[in-house]
Amino acid sequence: MKEISAFFAGLLFSLGLIFSGMTNPENIFGFLDITGNWNPSLAFVLLSAVIVTGIGYRLVWKRSAPMYEVSFSVPTSRVLDKRLIIGSAIFGVGWGLVGLCPGPALASVFTINGVKALVFIAAMAGGILLQRNLSSLIERKTASIT
Amino acid sequence: MNTEIIYAASLGGALIGLSAVFLMLTLGRISGISGITSGLLSLSLTKNDLWRGAFLIGLLLGPMAYLALGGKPPEVNIESNFAYLVVGGLLVGFGASMGSGCTSGHGVCGIARISPRSLVATAVFLTTAIITVFLSR
Repeated sequence: MKEISAFFAGLLFSLGLIFSGMTNPENIFGFLDITGNWNPSLAFVLLSAVIVTGIGYRLVWKRSAPMYEVSFSVPTSRVLDKRLIIGSAIFGVGWGLVGLCPGPALASVFTINGVKALVFIAAMAGGILLQRNLSSLIERKTASIT
Repeated sequence: MNTEIIYAASLGGALIGLSAVFLMLTLGRISGISGITSGLLSLSLTKNDLWRGAFLIGLLLGPMAYLALGGKPPEVNIESNFAYLVVGGLLVGFGASMGSGCTSGHGVCGIARISPRSLVATAVFLTTAIITVFLSR
């Protein structure tokens, strides 16, 4: 049941991205380009998604546990550190450069621009692996110094 | 900007929200696409990671489901050339991994949880994305 639920969640997420036009980088650029012919659709997508998620999460959290797991896995950290800020800043530069982020890129693989989406996804996977190896290298270095 | 686009954006956003709520209800997980993907990029996968693969397959098959439900082929105009796609992809992957989230994990689920980390992350990536678009277009 876990996998079937996750599959339907992924499918519904994808349908939402497609229906709202968020798989099209033109709509992302239209939103981010505040000096041009501004297209606010991304704001409506985020607003609507946040309201539904915010209400839904609170209803779900009245339960003692999710349906198919023993507990909820929700991040608890409230620390605003350099990692969060620098990482998010780097993410934004990449997003602004091509108008793609992870969800829409994956939801575009089986479309007319699938090859380009795959190139982006491969590079993204490379970026994740690079960051992970780099941070474990830095941790080992600092551990050996102290 | 016509009302039809606002309607589509709001309804699409609501579907994304319903998906996030459904994943929380069933598996107790945040719908962060970079995090779900990142968890699969490992040499020590167990059957506890199968849900990640199932979620991504659903995400990939969205366009087919959309057509089957009677939608028009989605407009996806990726105009960036391959060099831009590689650099953009590397930065998106690196940044999301370092900052522990992307547009979905921080922008939707995190803000919905009123997480201070996600509010800051979203403000930061929106700002650098707007600056990048301003400088590059």
